[in-house]
Amino acid sequence: MSATTSSMSSTTREATAAVKTDERVRRIPLWRSLMHRPEFGSIAGTLLVFVLFGILAGDSGMFNLDGIMNWAQVAAYLGIIAVGACLLMIAGEFDLSIGSMIGFAGTMLAVPAMFMGWPMWAAMLFAFAACMALGWLNGYLVVRTRLPSFIVTLAFMFILRGLTLVLSTHFANSTIVSGVGNRMAGDPLTHALFQGSVLNGLFVWLAHAGVITTLPNGEPIVDGIPKVLLWWLLVAAAAGFVLSRTRFGNWIFTVGGDAAAAQNVGVPVRRVKISLFVFTAFCACLFGVLQVADVGSAAADRGLQKEFEAIIAAVIGGSLLTGGYGSVLGSCFGALIFGVVQIGISYTSFDSDWYRVFLGTMLLLAVLFNHYIRSRATTGK
Amino acid sequence: MNTQSDDYILQLEGVSKFFGTVISLQDVTLRLRRGEVHCLLGDNGAGKSTLIKTLAGVHRPNRGRYLVEGKEVHFQSPREALDHGIATVYQDLALVPLMSVARNFFAGREPMRKLFGLIPVMDMQQAATVAEQKLAEMGIFVRSPHQPVGTMSGGERQCLAIARAIHFGAKVLILDEPTAALGVKQSCNVLKLIHTARARGISVIFITHNAQHAYPVGDSFTLLNRGQSMGTFAKHEISKEQLLDMMAGGTEIQSLVAELEGDVAA
Repeated sequence: MSATTSSMSSTTREATAAVKTDERVRRIPLWRSLMHRPEFGSIAGTLLVFVLFGILAGDSGMFNLDGIMNWAQVAAYLGIIAVGACLLMIAGEFDLSIGSMIGFAGTMLAVPAMFMGWPMWAAMLFAFAACMALGWLNGYLVVRTRLPSFIVTLAFMFILRGLTLVLSTHFANSTIVSGVGNRMAGDPLTHALFQGSVLNGLFVWLAHAGVITTLPNGEPIVDGIPKVLLWWLLVAAAAGFVLSRTRFGNWIFTVGGDAAAAQNVGVPVRRVKISLFVFTAFCACLFGVLQVADVGSAAADRGLQKEFEAIIAAVIGGSLLTGGYGSVLGSCFGALIFGVVQIGISYTSFDSDWYRVFLGTMLLLAVLFNHYIRSRATTGK
Repeated sequence: MNTQSDDYILQLEGVSKFFGTVISLQDVTLRLRRGEVHCLLGDNGAGKSTLIKTLAGVHRPNRGRYLVEGKEVHFQSPREALDHGIATVYQDLALVPLMSVARNFFAGREPMRKLFGLIPVMDMQQAATVAEQKLAEMGIFVRSPHQPVGTMSGGERQCLAIARAIHFGAKVLILDEPTAALGVKQSCNVLKLIHTARARGISVIFITHNAQHAYPVGDSFTLLNRGQSMGTFAKHEISKEQLLDMMAGGTEIQSLVAELEGDVAA
């Protein structure tokens, strides 16, 4: 017995010495480790899109300040829900009800405010509470029944769209509830949170200084940074921080990577998934409320197909459909690609019907590229 | 090591477990001494998995007693077994291939620090350093603690899972067929690791159907066959050949060999 012990420990020691100068450890060049980051594909795609539109529409005003604000706003709206979809997707689930939730949120804001005499701030809180409760229900049904989230949230996609129609025709006798924007302008809290833009003084000053083009009446062509952009930055920064730096972020990766393994190491799988469904619903509601605040009315067809756009942005951003892999930064670049293409195409000589063709191609390329990079990363090539 | 001591860290006394009409375990007694490697041998269907899951707190025995350090316990969940220092490394290892070594090592038990003295964040620096160091102590050297676990070999993953269990204070390590899917050299690494764990005072239950792997590292051997224990033997009481013979496969393979050789002779 003792002889076996000593011979064994000496072989261990030899092995240890040998492994320290392991000939199998290879240095990886910096560019290659950058390529292995999940957001690489979307950053490369964004650069490509910028170069492309720089050539096709460089002198059309697309990259003037007002042009930039145009596509940045489209990107910001989508970016907000793409961030939610991204975290949920990393945790291994989908939410197809995001788009319907956007329309539903608008109605939940408009109906109490316009037809029940609620103050705007109360209606806003109600809309967020209702949406997040539905997000919870989505999540609860998915983890409880273990049905694919695809089916459960597909059901809610129809239920919510239908409810939105029913409610708005019941109360407004129309699919559009108008006048919400004006009501909000009179409510200090919701107005400050969702309407208009910031840094107006700076923009006026810049216009006087001649940096920004002015309108004939002397006002700057863009009066400030729209609040939706700030919300996007805020939501993305918070989500990115949580995902990469906190314990909850580590749980999200673990749950999406392998739910059984997560359970075995003591991660509360259900709680993680449900809270991400709630977060996604929050993002969709934020989208809906911001849009109502900007456009001034709530409509039953708002957010149509946004669930797909959010998922596409997350996938372009490097998130894996099967979970466990992805990046918030990547999703934001995915959303930016959307904004640039959707707005930019009208600045070019192309017909804007080409928009979807372009996006579909972009999605396909992104998936193929990300798949290739990831398989290289995980097999260690 | 005093093989005759009766200082048991874990005891199953006359345990039975039924699933409907199926008798998975019948009156099984298993006693694990402090600091020994106890091999649990048996063919497929012998009840090894049920026994592990009983020890790990997944199943509750229908009959018999389960004692930890002499005190009877009734685990309601695997978490409770873990709190008693009984860690089980299952065959699926509970590792996520797409996540880094450091993130995997601390999944579910993340080291924390305060950002600006206020916001609780995961201490990635600490996670990376500790993971690398603990693996090095076990003789495993990773390229970087940030490399995905998917890039590691099966043997390295097994070692990572074991090192993780040891780091989180396992007193008893239950290893479910750790060498089953591995090649010869990688199996050797895992066997060495079991030996290292024992040298550090950890008691190990090593489940396997491979007597070749069990014999070099084991101090005692319990054989299971069709839900019943065929007895426990200390290493000096039994030779490797006897061990092989006692396993169902031993005689089966011998008769197969005899039959095939007979064919050749004829």
